[in-house]
Amino acid sequence: MINKKVANVQDALKGVSDNMILMLGGFGLSGIPENAISELVKLGVKGLTCISNNAGVDDFGLGLLLQKKQIKKMVSSYVGENDEFERQMLSGELDVELIPQGTLAERCRAAQAGFPAVYTPAGYGTEVAEGKETRHFDGKMYVLEHAFKADFAFVKAWKGDAAGNLIFKGTSRNFNPNMCGAAKITVAEVEELVPLGTLDPNQIHIPGIFVQRIFQGAHYEKRIEQRTVRQRD
Amino acid sequence: MLDKTGIAKRIAKEVKDGYYVNLGIGIPTLVANYVRSDIEVEFQSENGVLGMGPFPFEGEEDADVINAGKQTITTLPGASFFDSAMSFSMIRGQHVDLTILGAMEVAENGDIANWKIPGKMVKGMGGAMDLVASAENIIVAMMHTNKRGESKLLKQCSLPLTGVGCVKKIVTNMAVLEITDNGFKLLERAPGVSVEEIKNATEGNLIVNGDIPEMEL
Repeated sequence: MINKKVANVQDALKGVSDNMILMLGGFGLSGIPENAISELVKLGVKGLTCISNNAGVDDFGLGLLLQKKQIKKMVSSYVGENDEFERQMLSGELDVELIPQGTLAERCRAAQAGFPAVYTPAGYGTEVAEGKETRHFDGKMYVLEHAFKADFAFVKAWKGDAAGNLIFKGTSRNFNPNMCGAAKITVAEVEELVPLGTLDPNQIHIPGIFVQRIFQGAHYEKRIEQRTVRQRD
Repeated sequence: MLDKTGIAKRIAKEVKDGYYVNLGIGIPTLVANYVRSDIEVEFQSENGVLGMGPFPFEGEEDADVINAGKQTITTLPGASFFDSAMSFSMIRGQHVDLTILGAMEVAENGDIANWKIPGKMVKGMGGAMDLVASAENIIVAMMHTNKRGESKLLKQCSLPLTGVGCVKKIVTNMAVLEITDNGFKLLERAPGVSVEEIKNATEGNLIVNGDIPEMEL
């Protein structure tokens, strides 16, 4: 077994510095690497480019990094629900690249899988395709989208072991598996770091080869953005 | 004239047995409530779930089980979770049978705009560009006119596009329309709405052939 376990979040984020390109898993506030984000705030690293489907809310998730003006550029598909984000974007303080959600996932997966680029139909004929190579296959038009190049990927899983194997829970899976192995260093934080040999190899979502560092996360808040319920009859 | 619930009820009639359906945020989400109970349908949400059920009972919400609108949901027997790349493989790969989404503008050639108002509102396209670029069957759910009373069914979209020539059908508070080579073909009127009123509320070319029936809800 190749040991990927590190003692804590401080060790997990060793080597993170200003102006780096980071990938962060999560959809809305579900499945975000809460511990890594808190540590990035503490480290005070600046000029970051963050590849993440969303930008958190004002006081949680990536919103915490936005408040401290640590982010130079966001690459996302949807950025509503965050007033500070909107303010920084409209004032030009923050550079924002909005891309289709499936394109975001596929640019991660391409980096993970060793493809330099992929053709997608998403965004053809829109401003998203401006300046990009297009091509038709079987009578339909496609846009060439390049694999991301990132320094760190921060992902959050439900369970993991010292070998770096990961299992995700519910819809908190989202972009996390696609970002594993898509950056130079993948850091996984888990709710439960279980003893080696207790995870069933049949049930592993991401094999440890895609993960360089894994640590036991703490104090998961797992905030709900839209609490919707129905009444009992 | 229909309200949002009425639009959802009318669209629910387009959902057929055996369909996998993706519902957008807003009016489309309501459609799930009105699908016939004697057919089998599975709802997909692009954040990574197939087989979505109703909202959870109070106290049973799970932060790890949400839909693309970030609302807490439940799953039904036979449901599955998956990552974002696989979710969009279902969408781009045309495994999803029907996509229902909202729009700010639709043009008579099937172009749709729903993600950006330059200088005012930039929330992003989310999964909409993937959905409209890929789906075989796209129904738009929206109000016929905007808050200022201006038509949202146009000759040409004025806002940045989400997709080109992709919309097949539109259900508004006033009418059901189909996109054809020559423009919006009027199929049905909302209860109590005249063809004349629909004409006045439609900027794009409206094709009216013969008697236009009232919608059945």
